[in-house]
Amino acid sequence: MKPVRIEVDGLTKKLGGVAVVNNVSFQVDAGQIMGLIGPNGAGKTTMFNLISGVLRPDAGKLRVNGRDVTGLPPYKLARHGIVRSFQLSRELDRMSVLDNVLLAAADHPGEHMANALFRPFAVRRAEAKLTEKAREMLALVALTPHEAKPAGTLSGGQKKLLELARALMAGADTILLDEIAAGVAPHLVEEIIEIVQKLNRDLGKTFLIIEHNVGFIRALTSRVVVMAAGELLAEGSFDHVSRNPAVIDSYLGQAA
Amino acid sequence: MDAYLVAILTTAAVYVILALALNIQFGLTGLMNFGVVGFYGVGAYTSGIMTETLGQPILLGMLAAIVVGGLAGGLVSLLSIRLSGDFLAIVTLGFAETMRLAFNNEDWLTRGPRGFLIMTRPVIDGLGRGATAWFILGVFVLAAIIVFVVLNRLAGSPFGRVLRAIREDDLVPATLGKNVLAYRLQAFVLGSAAMALAGSLYAHYVQTITPDNFTTQVAVLVWMSLIVGGAGNMKGAVVGALVVTAIYEGTRFLAPLMEFLTPTQVSALRFIIIGTLLIVVVRYRPEGLLPERIAPRSRPDPVPAAG
Ligand SMILES: Nc1ncnc2c1ncn2[C@@H]1O[C@H](COP(=O)(O)OP(=O)(O)O)[C@@H](O)[C@H]1O
Ligand SMILES: [Mg+2]
Repeated sequence: MKPVRIEVDGLTKKLGGVAVVNNVSFQVDAGQIMGLIGPNGAGKTTMFNLISGVLRPDAGKLRVNGRDVTGLPPYKLARHGIVRSFQLSRELDRMSVLDNVLLAAADHPGEHMANALFRPFAVRRAEAKLTEKAREMLALVALTPHEAKPAGTLSGGQKKLLELARALMAGADTILLDEIAAGVAPHLVEEIIEIVQKLNRDLGKTFLIIEHNVGFIRALTSRVVVMAAGELLAEGSFDHVSRNPAVIDSYLGQAA
Repeated sequence: MDAYLVAILTTAAVYVILALALNIQFGLTGLMNFGVVGFYGVGAYTSGIMTETLGQPILLGMLAAIVVGGLAGGLVSLLSIRLSGDFLAIVTLGFAETMRLAFNNEDWLTRGPRGFLIMTRPVIDGLGRGATAWFILGVFVLAAIIVFVVLNRLAGSPFGRVLRAIREDDLVPATLGKNVLAYRLQAFVLGSAAMALAGSLYAHYVQTITPDNFTTQVAVLVWMSLIVGGAGNMKGAVVGALVVTAIYEGTRFLAPLMEFLTPTQVSALRFIIIGTLLIVVVRYRPEGLLPERIAPRSRPDPVPAAG
């Protein structure tokens, strides 16, 4: 049996008096590519906010690699190997595309004040090495020609790709992607599918993916959980849940 | 005239340090410190108390100013726990006012409004009047250069990149594993310590400090320097401080030319001139005279493919 990477156990979050996520439980196994689908307003992004520590749950537990991490701040969850992208891309406008990616490097010695001051050569060496890696990430998402531009000048689709490059750069073992393909040109969507498959196959990375694009979900995920109105509606393979009347009713019916 | 120029440059060096300090807090990290003058004053009085009341050498006075200024910065940070937005602005404003009241009322320590006399100066013995002034200027410029080198190195490093990221959108670095609060704290403490150093230099230069030296006016000049010069760019902070001090100090010449104005009116006029400059810069160069660089600083070339 594969170890459980993320265990969502009865998570509940109220926003503005409404239970936007209501007593939801599911788990993501290590090395799995899992889909999180459901209609707009289902609470999917809120679930990501809970898993990445951006929001604290009102009830329930979150475990990562078997450790209770409920209520930890985002930076600590990142250090537990979880990194996410944002549905509304949050690029750092007044920083270059390359700097946006470099920021994601974990354990950069130059991010410590003492090293930055007193070990400039060691820092420069680390920076050169990480710059090489960041460029590889940019090449993966076809952003190489844009590396020196302020990130604020990218198009909507390019910003989503930058989010992906940043998540990959972080080197986390679990990557949460929130509608990463929305607004991205079709040939790049194919590219993203290949990147995710490759990372999963070769490096054993775990993915949890929110996406409305049925082809994308079908191509990538082995299992999906379906949410609607804050509740867990169904769970299983995509083909399995797509025959579930409740799912067709609340989600797939409208999409088709 | 010569002496006058040396005096302006000496004052300018103090403002350069203040602007650099505010730049690491606001320019790089986005921290709204409206209490610049509070840390400046703490440095001035700490240094004075060390050298005069406690009879310590001037270097210890400066060191004490830096340490106490840094501690005060840490305390203010912790008071406004998340160090974010408007709350920090209000806490720092309150801090500066509290400090001014303390300087005024804690007579036993600060001599209150009568002024604190400081005999110790950053000079070597046996220099003439003119040479002394030049020597002090040299010491101040050296201090400003050291502060510049330290902060500029930090700004251009990966550490500085995290600070900029926090300024742009703190959720991004947070979800990438950076302890945002710890970075904000470091930036704020560092800036506060440098402001206190500036205060220490100032105190040993003017030799009499009164609570009136530490009013909002100083903070306004420092903020203007940073906005005019270019927030986020250390060289911009230097240029801004030089320009603003040159105008502010240079307009002292106006007083004898405009005898029909009262001294208060002349003082207001000087601020009007600087304010006009600020409006013009913000209108035509909103990023300041030397805008922040966006292209990556260090761009090592890609390693050529082997074979
Ligand atoms: N900060 C908030 N305050 C109040 N309601 C919110 C907030 N954020 C999201 N919601 C509501 O929660 C519901 C779920 O939102 P979200 O998690 O973004 O859904 P999804 O990602 O599935 O489209 C929506 O009805 C949305 O309006
Ligand atoms: Mg969403």
